[in-house]
Amino acid sequence: MNIATIFEIVLAAVVLGLGIWTIAVRETYSATVGFVAYGLLVALIWVRLDAVDVALTEAAIGGGLGGVLLLGAAARLRDAEPTVAEAPGIVTRLSAAALSALTAAALAGAIVFLPDPAPTLAPTVVSHASATSLANPVTNVLMAFRAMDTMLEKVVLLLAIIGVWSLAPDNAWGGHPGPRHQADPDGILVFLARLLPPVGIVVAIYIFWTGADHPGGAFQGGAILASMWVLAIMAGLTDTPPVGRRWLRFVLVAGPGLFLLVGLGGLWVGAAFLAYPPALAKPLILGIEVAMILTIAATLGLLLAGAPERGVK
Amino acid sequence: MSGPTAFGLCAAVAVGLGLYGLITNPHPLRKLIAFNLLGSGVFLLFGVVGRRGAAASVGNDPVPQALVITGIVVAFSATALAISLLLRLFQKTGSTTLSNVAPPNASSDPSGG
Repeated sequence: MNIATIFEIVLAAVVLGLGIWTIAVRETYSATVGFVAYGLLVALIWVRLDAVDVALTEAAIGGGLGGVLLLGAAARLRDAEPTVAEAPGIVTRLSAAALSALTAAALAGAIVFLPDPAPTLAPTVVSHASATSLANPVTNVLMAFRAMDTMLEKVVLLLAIIGVWSLAPDNAWGGHPGPRHQADPDGILVFLARLLPPVGIVVAIYIFWTGADHPGGAFQGGAILASMWVLAIMAGLTDTPPVGRRWLRFVLVAGPGLFLLVGLGGLWVGAAFLAYPPALAKPLILGIEVAMILTIAATLGLLLAGAPERGVK
Repeated sequence: MSGPTAFGLCAAVAVGLGLYGLITNPHPLRKLIAFNLLGSGVFLLFGVVGRRGAAASVGNDPVPQALVITGIVVAFSATALAISLLLRLFQKTGSTTLSNVAPPNASSDPSGG
């Protein structure tokens, strides 16, 4: 057993410990903190599984933005711990434990007795990479071979934001999402919110651009852009835009809208829905990704901000 | 035991833990966290299976990788929607209970929305 394997087993054990902590700890806030740490360590597991694209997504969305979302909610719900009477009885607990143990055991058995040789689509993906002239196989799958999934995922983001906005009270309809944040102008938060965004924006654009050939892409870049925006909002340097603004709605539909147009164009030119003409594949994919990174950044930021709470003055 | 197998067992237990927390914890936010833990375990299972499908100088089958990336983004948006619902419920009733018994201080929402 070499040192890398020992590291992996220790990593799995620590992640498992954090998972248990998240479920078992009494206070909601501690559980949230545990889950954020869990998310960041899971990103390390993804690196060890040689899936760096997923690791970047998990660290940015699962650990980073998801952590902000859960911690914010936990802070606002601090006084709302339910009474003991609501806790389920011992019978429910025992049956839930039995059910969970059975599920975990079945999955563990499936992992131990996976078929050999393992089925894989990697050679098929690599042999068709010339069709798009992108070298990153994951970007190829996301943007070309299974582009339908990615387009529908953009629609899910759009539906989620419509759902969040529709929870606004009448007097805040079309107004600013979330509370107006105030921070000490000489404090560390404001300092970081001035220092980090220029660097973060460059990193996000680099991760987006390098996604064609190396790990990265519109999701990861968009998540970093969103986090820079959220940082500036939380430091009180800028306010969330009123959700009634036309430019904002245009940015939100730009990604899925362009994707749909290109898809219908593929149908019209002849091959199939979402089929890119081979000569234009790379420019078309790049165009969709530019629209998508803006849509993803705006949508993730607004999902974090929540429902409109203040009307437009 | 190889690294990926250890991760696979860890993922299986995470699914079990998430399921248990989802059923037994009365607090809606804790249920959400448990559900996310369950989802994260399922994603990791994808990763372990994809790792075994490493071929053609790609370290992890790119198709399950792409599915997981899509899954993470969808899970985040669903969580954000659920948290907005929860915060609105708290704002309107002053409580986060999911039981049918109305709390005493209902209709405390000044906006009337």
